[in-house]
Amino acid sequence: MTTAVPTPRVRSLADRARRCGPWLAVAPFLIVMVIGLVLPVLALAAGAFEGDAIKSSFSSGYRTAFWGSVKLSVVCAVLGAVAGVLVARAVLSGGALLRRLVLTASGVLANFGGVPLAFMFIATIGNAGIVTSLLHDWTGFDLGDSPFSLYQFGGLAVVYLYFLVPLMVIVIAPALDGVRAEWSEAAQNLGATRAQYWRHVGGPLLAPPIAAGALLLFCGSLSAFATAQAMVGGTVPLVTLQIANALSGNVSPDNAGVGAALAIEMIILVAVVMAAYWTIERRTARWLR
Amino acid sequence: MTAVLTRPVEAPAVRGRRNATSIVVLIVAGVYFLVPLAAAIWFTVQDKVHGGVTGEYYTSIPQAEGFAGALRRSLTLAVLSVLGVLLVTVPAMLAVTLRLPRLRPLVEGLSLLPLVIPPIALVAGVRDMLALGPDQLAGTPLGDALVSSQDPDLPIILVVVYIVLATPFAYRSLDAGIRAVDARTLVDAARGLGSSWFDVVWRVLLPNLRGAVLGAAFLTLGLVLGEYTIAGILLFETLPTWLVKISGQNGQLSVSVSTASLLFTWLLLLVVSLADRRPTSRRDS
Repeated sequence: MTTAVPTPRVRSLADRARRCGPWLAVAPFLIVMVIGLVLPVLALAAGAFEGDAIKSSFSSGYRTAFWGSVKLSVVCAVLGAVAGVLVARAVLSGGALLRRLVLTASGVLANFGGVPLAFMFIATIGNAGIVTSLLHDWTGFDLGDSPFSLYQFGGLAVVYLYFLVPLMVIVIAPALDGVRAEWSEAAQNLGATRAQYWRHVGGPLLAPPIAAGALLLFCGSLSAFATAQAMVGGTVPLVTLQIANALSGNVSPDNAGVGAALAIEMIILVAVVMAAYWTIERRTARWLR
Repeated sequence: MTAVLTRPVEAPAVRGRRNATSIVVLIVAGVYFLVPLAAAIWFTVQDKVHGGVTGEYYTSIPQAEGFAGALRRSLTLAVLSVLGVLLVTVPAMLAVTLRLPRLRPLVEGLSLLPLVIPPIALVAGVRDMLALGPDQLAGTPLGDALVSSQDPDLPIILVVVYIVLATPFAYRSLDAGIRAVDARTLVDAARGLGSSWFDVVWRVLLPNLRGAVLGAAFLTLGLVLGEYTIAGILLFETLPTWLVKISGQNGQLSVSVSTASLLFTWLLLLVVSLADRRPTSRRDS
């Protein structure tokens, strides 16, 4: 009877090790996420709700910045979505090589933002840019005197579209691919005109994925900071630049709380938009496969 | 029947119009995407003094003040972040797939959460958290850890934040890989044949997930090498923050460094997209 005692104990130790194994595998992930994500967001929330930071984050200067960011992002999302759909459509109706080339290039360009992008455009249509001086030499047209400036809203939109359009192409290509030629032929067989087909079949199918893509672009341009910072460095009212200003204490000492409040408001806005994106995307996934 | 009759009459006209618009769209897109690239390259090789072409801006990069240090720091951070993101996400994802399905929603949620937190907002929080180190937590081991994680030579805090930022991409790449190889069946087969858990992971799963792991690694590498927001706000000098610092003094040098780093990052991402394609084409054929 005494020999029966050690056996279960050994097994229970092995059992315990086996049961702990998966937990040990998940633990590093949880620790890193808590340090790098959960604690910072909690610290941010604590800072935002301290004093009347939230209230002053709605004061006129900050409201202008928030509004400026939203406006820029809406413009970029709409232009990017339209251009992305046009490019994707043109590419998908072309040959296999073109298609592969453009989709690969889009995968690369969609991940490309930040400082190098800003400098590339400064070298192109900035004050001393190549295209600026070529235009001036050839046609006498001075980009510096025109209403367009790389260092204003219009310029930022032109630069942001460089990574937003490829992103839209990637997002929308599967949906455009999923629309079968048979559907339009079936509609035609039943006597539908092209307008009727788009109104009742193609439009309702493609509107959700296009809207989802536009939401994604909205978040992409709302969160963009490095490009704007390297290019305009604070002259344009954008919420990301305002947060950076508040953090570096450029304005006044009690503004760190305002930075936190603006950051929390941004997170809430992006979270709402992304939730809408995921909801639409899940619905699209149903007919895509 | 009508369709069969009308198609040959109608289709060529529609197709022709569509092809014409397609060509116009592609030309406009080609100009928009290629001209800035060509202009940036021309900007860096044009010799403003003597005319003609020069490579002096590229050859002067290595000697530029601060470049070597910033590059070394960026590369070290990149290597540590790649290792970190793999060591953190791969075991966690295998564990929730195979043994702990209960934790799957938590791991998935945390992995995707960085997507809804703009980097500038995250770094604001990180700064607030780090401020606790010399302040409320002064003298405690946690406070000391927070302070020492900010060594300007090798800021470990950046590695942690970069792992967080890279997790959504790593998660997607690995999730697709795990689904594609049907990890459950592989594991059941290997376990049934008597192999240990270590062997299952090391000799069965990882070789099958090589593409997904490589994809995650390259995406992280690209992300870290180009990251400006976090490093800039926390005042650490990496390649992108150094670029912004010198751009005021030397325009052509900064453009040539960004063009070089850009071409390098593109090469990396190109490898990813080509690696991504392989499993799909195999399934298609």
